[in-house]
Amino acid sequence: MTVGGPAAARGGPESGARPVRIVLAGNPNAGKSTLFNALTGGTARVGNFPGTSVSTTSGRLSLPGGVQATLVDLPGTFSLAAASPDERVAMAAILGLGVERPDVVLVVADGPRLLRSLYLALQVMELGVPTVLAVNLMDEARSEGLDVRLDALAGELGIPVVGTVARSREGVDALLEALAEAAAGRAATPAHGWSEALDADVAAVAAALPGASGLTAASREAVARWVLLSADAEGVAPGFEAVAPVVREVRQAAGRVGRDLEAELVGTRYAWIDARGPVFLGRAGVATARSVTERIDKVLLHPVAGPVVFFAVMALAFTALFSWADPLIGLVETVFGWLGDGVGAGFDAVAAALPGLAGGIGIARDLVVEGIIGGVGSVLVFLPQIAMLFLLLAFLEDCGYLARAAHLMDRVLRAAGLPGRAFVPMLSGYACAVPAILATRTMPRFRDRLLTMLVIPLTSCSARLPVYTLLIAALFPATLWGFLPVRPLALLGMYVLSTASAVVASIVLGRTLLRQAEDAVLLELPPYRVPDPRVVVRVVYSRCTDFVREAGGIILLATVVIWAALSFPRATPEALVGPEAVAAAQAAGPAAEAALDEEVASRALEHSVAGRLGHAIEPVIAPLGYDWRMGIGLLGAFAAREVFVSTLGVVYGIGEDVDEADEGLRERLQEDRRADGRATYTPLVAMSLMVFFAFALQCLSTMAVLRKESGGWRWPLAAFAWNGALAYGAALLVFQGGRLLGFE
Amino acid sequence: MTLDQLLPGQFAQIAAVGGVGAFRRRLLELGLLPGTEIERTGQAPLGDPLSFRVRGAVLCLRRVDAAVIGIAR
Repeated sequence: MTVGGPAAARGGPESGARPVRIVLAGNPNAGKSTLFNALTGGTARVGNFPGTSVSTTSGRLSLPGGVQATLVDLPGTFSLAAASPDERVAMAAILGLGVERPDVVLVVADGPRLLRSLYLALQVMELGVPTVLAVNLMDEARSEGLDVRLDALAGELGIPVVGTVARSREGVDALLEALAEAAAGRAATPAHGWSEALDADVAAVAAALPGASGLTAASREAVARWVLLSADAEGVAPGFEAVAPVVREVRQAAGRVGRDLEAELVGTRYAWIDARGPVFLGRAGVATARSVTERIDKVLLHPVAGPVVFFAVMALAFTALFSWADPLIGLVETVFGWLGDGVGAGFDAVAAALPGLAGGIGIARDLVVEGIIGGVGSVLVFLPQIAMLFLLLAFLEDCGYLARAAHLMDRVLRAAGLPGRAFVPMLSGYACAVPAILATRTMPRFRDRLLTMLVIPLTSCSARLPVYTLLIAALFPATLWGFLPVRPLALLGMYVLSTASAVVASIVLGRTLLRQAEDAVLLELPPYRVPDPRVVVRVVYSRCTDFVREAGGIILLATVVIWAALSFPRATPEALVGPEAVAAAQAAGPAAEAALDEEVASRALEHSVAGRLGHAIEPVIAPLGYDWRMGIGLLGAFAAREVFVSTLGVVYGIGEDVDEADEGLRERLQEDRRADGRATYTPLVAMSLMVFFAFALQCLSTMAVLRKESGGWRWPLAAFAWNGALAYGAALLVFQGGRLLGFE
Repeated sequence: MTLDQLLPGQFAQIAAVGGVGAFRRRLLELGLLPGTEIERTGQAPLGDPLSFRVRGAVLCLRRVDAAVIGIAR
């Protein structure tokens, strides 16, 4: 192989030139993120790798001698094959395909599993870039009785090797020095060779590679080897379609003489590593001590204790999401309430000073207070639950339990066509679909992620609860036949319905639209560790900023649009209720004026776009047992399901500050009559409404997050359509079926 | 004999790695190669997936996937 990487060709970095670019590659659970923090001191910026949805983190650091450097943290991978987007990103970042070429690649090895980590190190070295190896978790390796010989490693590999304990910064200074030297040094030259037959195969593929890819001779060969290894019956890695015919030929020729290319390519590297195992790891190269992890797993994976602990952990997590986030959500709402009141008062003062402009100022006031401040509030109100969920997820992931949870639940979820990893996101859906959909990022396979995202909106989120509570409390009897507690049972029934529908939807979707061969589960159970708080905080922070940046704009826009639909066109009180009524109320005093205001608000809503739409859709929703007022409520609920309650409050002239426990609203619903004198709201109508809310994807925030996580509007719109059809059909069945059975 | 037949606590040597495509490549790249020693450590409460120790790491495989790996005791 030829010597001469990018840094050598440029004559090394000069002071004052652009910063040295270092990329950080390593196995999952090797402590890569902790090492990243130790090196950069937490100056992290999260961004997507160009052209992908894979996020990479970059930070700045100073190398000895005052050289500035950028460190890019790649997703954790075991290999550079093209099996997953993460691996393709790692490969592209190291080769500089589509991004700047790195000056140095820092490979983080998992100390206790050193030999396996060396596989990735050898792959990186083959690419012909200066490489530094950090053997991390040296403390764990020592406590497991492994004797890692760094000098032997450096000698055999021919690259700088530093032992580190990232958490306590052990070895970090030595690592910085090694990086500075490597940045000015030459490319790595792999010590292992290949069989003649393999070299011939690789040369054939290398010759067919497109010429202008900006690769050195060494990396051309490495890329050819990579394309050969990544190819399978379905084809070659994306972007390398040009060499597909040659790859197919080479593979077929090998197959004819009974050769196994994958085993040869992988086996050659491992043969080199395994032959030197005793040199790298002292005598036997096997851990002698039974680790703490095994003792903990004796309990946590126990046939009885395991599930008990699992459900306790999940119950705690769910409580945290459902209840503990509440005070923070309340705080966000209160702060935005104050902000709205304060700004509103400011506008009112200006309007009082400039009576001629009062009308225009009034509209501006409502736009700012209710549209914009309310809209920003409706984005930020998700943050407590998102932060809470990712705090839990990052904690569970970092301490090693999340993989166990996936292991424990795999058999259960497999019945629904999902892997074990889907459990935590699905559970989170019962609190709020928005963070739950973000949580599917822990799932490696896109098809499984998409399936999980599409069924999460069916889980009964907490925003449905006010709607159910209002309808159940107002319209269902407390007991049936004198003993049956109807109300709790009805609520429980809604949760059972939602769970059953999510499971059925997953099975149906998984066997139709998202039909794909069941993926083999290959899950690693990492050793238990005390989570690194800085890593946990970084994950929480980056998920929250991700959400605000990517979904915040759409949620804000949607809130403003819905506010406008509920508020425009405007009309004066005189036009809405008649000048006589206004004059009479003003004459009768403050109590009558307050009553008039509510009446005016109700009429204004009916007069608005949403009100007219409510009337317009009445023929469509009448078969479900709904009138136009409920239609307005359903439209308002698109901002957030619980808005149904406050919209009904305005429609019925009770004011918008009602909640589901409001006695006035409950009574109003019980007393409301249709034109023919029958009750508008009956238990049957309540059931029809609740079923509608259970199925309909009536949440623009969920749609915004779905768009972002699934990569376009296609899936959220499809989900909206089929969930809507399901909701309509089910509500129709409930109402018309109930009437056939003789209920009202 | 195949890997799914190994009992908890038993050791074996991998004899052949079957399977196809990305799954097989992943097994090989994790170091499950002919001659590698593997130990069955346990299983999930419902009897599936199974867990194995190989090269100092614990890996979980569904029974059906473990059956593609041939072993010799």
